Amino acid sequence: MKKILLVLAVLGGMGLLQWALTAFLLDGPVRQGPYYYQILMLAGINVILAVSLNLTNGITGQFSIGHAGFFAIGAYVAASVSVYAGPTLQGSLAGLPSFAADSVLLLVASAAGVAAAAAAGWLVGMPSLRLRGDYLAIVTLGFGEIIRVLILNIDAVGGARGFTGIPRYSNFFWVGLGVVAAISTVRHIVRSSHGRALLSIREDEIAAQAMGVAVTRHKVTAFVIGAAFAGLAGSLFGHFTMYLHTNSFTFVKSFEIIIMIALGGLGSLAGAALGAVVLTVLPELFRGFAEYRMVIYALALILIMIYRPQGLLGKGRFLGRGKDK
Amino acid sequence: MKLAGLAGAGMLAGALILAACGKKGPESNDILIGEFGALTGSIASFGQSTHKGVALAVEEVNAGGGVLGRKIRLITEDDQGKPEEALTAVTKLISKDRVSALIGEFASSNSLAAAPFAQQSRIPMVSHGSTNPKVTQIGDYIFRVCFIDPFQGEVMAKFARNTLKLDRVAILRDIKSDYSVGLADYFTKSFTALGGTVVADESYSAGDKDFNAQLTALKGKTPAAIFVPGYYTEVGLIARQARKLGVHAILLGGDGWDSDKLWEIGGEALNGSYFSNHYSVDNPSPVIQGFVEQFKARYDGEKPDALAALGYDAAKVLIDAIRRAGSDDPKAIRDSLATTQGFAGITGIISLNENRDAVKSAVVLEVKDGKFVYKETVDP
Amino acid sequence: MTAFLQQLLNGLSLGSIYALVALGYTMVYGVLRLINFAHGDVYMLGAFAGYYASKLLHGRLNGGLPEAAVILVVSMIACALVGMLIERLAYRPVRRASRLTLLIVAIGVSLLIENLAQIFFGADPKFFPQILPERMFEWRGVLFTNQQILVLATAVLLMAALTLFIRRTRTGKAMRAVAHNPDAARLMGINVNSIISLTFALGSALAAAGGILVSLNQPSIDPLMGLMTGIKAFVAAVLGGIGSIPGAVLGGLILGLAETFVAGYGSSTYRDAIAFFILIIILLCKPEGLLGKGQVEKV
Repeated sequence: MKKILLVLAVLGGMGLLQWALTAFLLDGPVRQGPYYYQILMLAGINVILAVSLNLTNGITGQFSIGHAGFFAIGAYVAASVSVYAGPTLQGSLAGLPSFAADSVLLLVASAAGVAAAAAAGWLVGMPSLRLRGDYLAIVTLGFGEIIRVLILNIDAVGGARGFTGIPRYSNFFWVGLGVVAAISTVRHIVRSSHGRALLSIREDEIAAQAMGVAVTRHKVTAFVIGAAFAGLAGSLFGHFTMYLHTNSFTFVKSFEIIIMIALGGLGSLAGAALGAVVLTVLPELFRGFAEYRMVIYALALILIMIYRPQGLLGKGRFLGRGKDK
Repeated sequence: MKLAGLAGAGMLAGALILAACGKKGPESNDILIGEFGALTGSIASFGQSTHKGVALAVEEVNAGGGVLGRKIRLITEDDQGKPEEALTAVTKLISKDRVSALIGEFASSNSLAAAPFAQQSRIPMVSHGSTNPKVTQIGDYIFRVCFIDPFQGEVMAKFARNTLKLDRVAILRDIKSDYSVGLADYFTKSFTALGGTVVADESYSAGDKDFNAQLTALKGKTPAAIFVPGYYTEVGLIARQARKLGVHAILLGGDGWDSDKLWEIGGEALNGSYFSNHYSVDNPSPVIQGFVEQFKARYDGEKPDALAALGYDAAKVLIDAIRRAGSDDPKAIRDSLATTQGFAGITGIISLNENRDAVKSAVVLEVKDGKFVYKETVDP
Repeated sequence: MTAFLQQLLNGLSLGSIYALVALGYTMVYGVLRLINFAHGDVYMLGAFAGYYASKLLHGRLNGGLPEAAVILVVSMIACALVGMLIERLAYRPVRRASRLTLLIVAIGVSLLIENLAQIFFGADPKFFPQILPERMFEWRGVLFTNQQILVLATAVLLMAALTLFIRRTRTGKAMRAVAHNPDAARLMGINVNSIISLTFALGSALAAAGGILVSLNQPSIDPLMGLMTGIKAFVAAVLGGIGSIPGAVLGGLILGLAETFVAGYGSSTYRDAIAFFILIIILLCKPEGLLGKGQVEKV
């Protein structure tokens, strides 16, 4: 009962927030409204990405640099569903008011995107998570690149010309729900026995195995969940920007997500969310120094890793030990 | 839920910081024009070039007293060559800076991402280099001053078939670039319609430095010419490697070739190649010669390339429309942009048609010892 | 047949480039267990150092071999210093931290170098001067240049020299000791810091040599040239067995051949994916790489 109330409260809250945002930012008195709304949306999507990557990288200690690949799969699959199956679905939803029909379509498309990303996560994770840390890093990086090259070769999603004509179904209501879902799922996992298994894998895989933890199974589960949320972020992204191009999904994007969680604190949930928000908002403040933005990023990243390797909000219990030496 | 709350609070705090910073904003009498482009990232080389052209045009107009008695203030935003950043940049320019009109983008992918917001906000946008036909189809506020892919693909197909009398042509396209893919597709269409055969279609990715494998494969098909609709950044190397492999087919290309760097990198291997362009530097027209001189003087002797010229023209066409509209009201600018006829730009006489695309003739140039020699003009 | 031989040569020529860069990667990884993402960028800096050195030297030496040698040495020294600096400032403070931290710092250093280079050198490509005159050869219809041979020969020679250095000299022995167990090495009186510094200097000098040799062959250099090359070279190093010097060369050559044959006989649009595809297959069947030694993780 309590849970149902909580869900209702979240739904209501997000609905209210969306109404307020529309009233004030999009149609309202705030001059720069649409610009803030845009940043808010991107921040929300980045939070989902960072929190989900944190499950793999921060909590399980498996270093993946292919998150942009799952992000891309979610975005393209969901967008294809909307573009190619949308008109048929729309026909069968003709009786509903437009916002309800849009919501149903977004949910269907997102479900497809999430499922595809999760399946891809399983395909990649199943064999490669047996590998040691660095190898996993390079395999996931390679996977992301393979996805990018494949998309460039598929004409139905535009190839190099990009995917146009995607309807704008997502808004802050959905992105906000996505954020809440991602955070609460990951938090729930961390607090469960599954989460303790993941933490034990991060701390010492061999010891975990010796204690009877099914290492590979736990790792793959975490990886698949992370991929699924990246897929969700992707479908919300595509249905917001209304246009997709592979330039948004290079390994530089994967690096950016890593920077977000490193800044906030590897393994820290709030840290990942904060890192994502800061790294979406800060560059906007530094627009005047466009050329130096990435230089500042890179420097900040190095300095944080040297002086505060646990990140802004990390507790530093787990990192900073020379266990690999 | 505490965490979700924290994240929410973080976002709100971010928004507030932005709001605080956005408060100031001098309500001067300047006419505001927004420009968005890739000043950093992997296509920065092109973005910086167009920016130089745009900035030069604005400086020139301001030095001459501005337009409608007011100065023009150009606000330039970087989009790192990424579509979603282009959308953010344009959203910022329109809703925060309140620009009256937009210039950009060079890459069609970035224009396609940003144009819907410009259209929705009813702010005219003039693209200098987006050649994908879809860009201006987004709406009646989106214009361009360059050719579209179908036209330029046809120009080179006609030239190869009718002027050079070639039957067998191979294609080497840049799979990562919408421009290159578009040009290659339309070239193939026109060339086969004219009775020629495309014997091979290979590809590379922008940033590659080794093309030996593709060129060797092409060599086996013995094409009389190879159409390489890429950018000068790769074409120079492609030409070199082709000649080293004993591929003596004529190389053909599009306006992406136009840069001093082309000859610098490719050298003699490029002799006897042809590409389509907007104008010829040899053209004695005082407008063109003046532009070349001015550009050199402003940017340490650097010669303008096609992208810089397009950026310059986009700005000039837009400023001319503002002058004719007699106001900086976006709607008025749009209406007068739509009636642009016979504007004498660097890249040709620009008239905008009902699709808001530039109708202008193309020239075919031959590469000869570091010079681009005028060969023929092709009218639309 | 001629086309096949030509493709074989193309593949070897491309592969030798990856091999040259992979050598430095594998050395640093062997000693430090660090994927030095910045290695590809040092390779880029090597090419730019050569570019500016040749501008400065222009006309002072009479071109040809002496000038090329001077440029090569200058650039190698410059990059060795850069490499040592990177190690000292960025990697050493986090050497004892977790691998994740190290990897993130490496990504940071790579981004920093790329973006600084875009600001200082400009984003547009530069023509790399032809400091060694090019000569063409033909053998049974297969065409190649002296520079392609030079790159291949250098990669093989360096591989031999490095193997000898690591197997036969005292310093090489110290490197192996540090790679095996830094703490024990320290107890044996080895100055671990200077050995690691030296490894970086050597690796970076190799990258610089690679940058210059490659730029002779493909005379267009830009600030992002190290990005893909670096990643593919790393793939090559992993393919051959990371930490193994002959493995790096073998991996590089295999990668070059695979890419060339896919582009030449299959579909060139999938060329960029093939490197990673092979990598994934190899890692799944033989995770230690072709020539790598299997490692049992100790508790």
